[in-house]
Amino acid sequence: MGKLNSLADLTKIREESRHRIGLRAKSDSPEGLVQVRVAMATCGMAAGARTIMDFFADELDKRGIGAIVTPTGCMSYCYAEPTVEVQLPGTEPVVYGFVDLKRADEIIEKYIKNGELVEGIIPVNYETID
Amino acid sequence: MAKFRMHLLVCGGSTCRSSESDLIAESLRREIEEKGLQAEVQVIMTGCFGLCGKGPVVRVMPDNAFYVGVKPEDAPVIVAEHVIKGRRVQRLLYAGTAGKEPVSDPKHNGFHRKQIRIALRNCGFINPEDIDEYIARDGYAALGRCLTEMSPAQVVEQIKLSGLRGRGGGGFPTGLKWEIASRNKADQKYVVCNADEGDPGAFMDRSVLEGDPHSVLEAMAICGYAIGATQGLIYIRAEYPLAIQRLKTAIKQARDYGLLGEQILGTNFMFDIEMRYGAGAFVCGEETALIHSMEGERGEPTNKPPFPAESGFLGKPTNVNNVETLASVPVIINKGAGWFSSIGTEKSKGTKVFALAGKINNVGLIEVPMGTTLREVIFEIGGGIKNGRKFKAVQTGGPSGGCLTEKHLDIAIDFDNLIAAGSMMGSGGMIVMDEDDCMVSVAKFFLEFTVEESCGKCSPCRIGNKRLHELLTHITKGNGTMADLERLRNMSLVIKDTSLCGLGQSSPNPVLSTLANFMDEYVAHVSEKKCPSGQCRDLMRYTIIYDKCVGCTACARACPVNAISGERKEVHFIDQDKCIKCGACFEKCKFAAVLIN
Repeated sequence: MGKLNSLADLTKIREESRHRIGLRAKSDSPEGLVQVRVAMATCGMAAGARTIMDFFADELDKRGIGAIVTPTGCMSYCYAEPTVEVQLPGTEPVVYGFVDLKRADEIIEKYIKNGELVEGIIPVNYETID
Repeated sequence: MAKFRMHLLVCGGSTCRSSESDLIAESLRREIEEKGLQAEVQVIMTGCFGLCGKGPVVRVMPDNAFYVGVKPEDAPVIVAEHVIKGRRVQRLLYAGTAGKEPVSDPKHNGFHRKQIRIALRNCGFINPEDIDEYIARDGYAALGRCLTEMSPAQVVEQIKLSGLRGRGGGGFPTGLKWEIASRNKADQKYVVCNADEGDPGAFMDRSVLEGDPHSVLEAMAICGYAIGATQGLIYIRAEYPLAIQRLKTAIKQARDYGLLGEQILGTNFMFDIEMRYGAGAFVCGEETALIHSMEGERGEPTNKPPFPAESGFLGKPTNVNNVETLASVPVIINKGAGWFSSIGTEKSKGTKVFALAGKINNVGLIEVPMGTTLREVIFEIGGGIKNGRKFKAVQTGGPSGGCLTEKHLDIAIDFDNLIAAGSMMGSGGMIVMDEDDCMVSVAKFFLEFTVEESCGKCSPCRIGNKRLHELLTHITKGNGTMADLERLRNMSLVIKDTSLCGLGQSSPNPVLSTLANFMDEYVAHVSEKKCPSGQCRDLMRYTIIYDKCVGCTACARACPVNAISGERKEVHFIDQDKCIKCGACFEKCKFAAVLIN
């Protein structure tokens, strides 16, 4: 899309993108894709988030799981970097902390494939605005 | 896909663990196995829920039932009632949720009133390098609204009504700042974003810029519209490469969409943003020093007035706002000044982001409504003190602030209360100290920072802080006298009164507040030549206990400076003049015969 020439253009993008990240916010449709978001602020990257994000992107692809892997900002759990939020279609997002390659593998094999939670969950402890 | 129909999340934070949450998990598991449900229901220990005061906490997913104060013997009833019959155990439900319908999204369900994210609303949620995701979260809608529905004066009015105050440290009312800048007539005005975050232990601005750069760009454009400026500048320290890169990406995307540049959203408003890099000087967070640095001059402050709103960058009216302040602006426009001012205390509205650091379990960022108490921040959201140690003090406001103690834990955090307690809000760093920290050393640490960062322009700050630091060093080496303590206090007051800018005016705060709250520690250092926390190396004495020494010679061999003498199978002796207090003898001794005091 080129330049936005009116408020209507902005609203149009908002609706289209809402649909896209709506998958991420609510994800009520069971057919949707698995969403994996990796906290990639300075703190996360210093703790190795880049490797973890590459691992998820490559391995989910290799293991034939339809997923969207995106970078995001600081999730604010600096004591537990790298942090990764995983949302299975139709469920609430779950944040995992201290994710190394071993835990990343477990998350794919146990949680993403079977819905079995693995160690390292950080409960959401805040409320955000719409 | 999910094989399990239900998950029981048991809090494994250190506070909940200490009240037997692992036993709770075990009993829940046992109950579930007894009922043959292990293939359908999973029990797992998680990190801290941030509700330590109400622990142990168990959360049931996907029903979102939140049980608090759970005991191991409650496991059978939770399994029998909730897991099998689907009925919530009313007596254990968290009061905040009782009677409420479950909400599927934990971020919007009202469980966590303690933390509300306004400035951090998109951090860790959207992809910061994708403008569409920001737009999907109502991004640029506030700018659109301002340009099409509101006059510049109305925008200023909204910000004034919201009660928003500068988050960079000063707490000056943002709306008033905008109003003054809008009143001054000039051919060119500037909007400056102050991203020169320099307090040790503070990193909220960096997180906002890295996680949600568009919110700052949008707010700057709104400010430009409100005050009549067409040019924005972001002054950011070069030590934040990732934030710089994400801002650059964001500026480019906004330009491509025509959200920056000429005829924004088809209106006649034009606004563009450029970046300016700082070399990381703390004083450049002061707005006049920041402006001089951007002009290519030395980063030194000048007297106010004239305020930047009259004569700022290149002599033109300039409005300088901090990152976090700006990040709150689009929300105020979207949700209304009334909504924003309904959060917080009487004189401090909205929320504040704090960076928790030091001896605290959950190091990280939090955003709480103004008026939250220090106790809630440290012991609930922050998960308490590391390793079960005892809380001693918390330094708020970085090197410009002061330390607060046990007796201040229940004050409601806002700009005015913190100042009344002898500290300040500052940019929102919170460094937590435990019983092992020496308060004289803490004051010395902050003074060391100030001495390094003083620009040197005015003598009270340049020379006074140096002298303060020397006196503190003197004391920690065991050479201080009671008269030095009085000298410390007097000099601090003079520096506060006579320094040119905020840096010097606030730099003695750590000294004054530790003197006020921990006089006993200072006295121990000067009169008994002792450091109660055992941190001051020069005050430590290693001695060998006569009765315990067996004469194994291990310590003498370990000593790097040959300060220990003694024959085999005879009691050894440490020569205090030679001892460098390295502690090698203490570590080597197998008979606990080396004493530290």
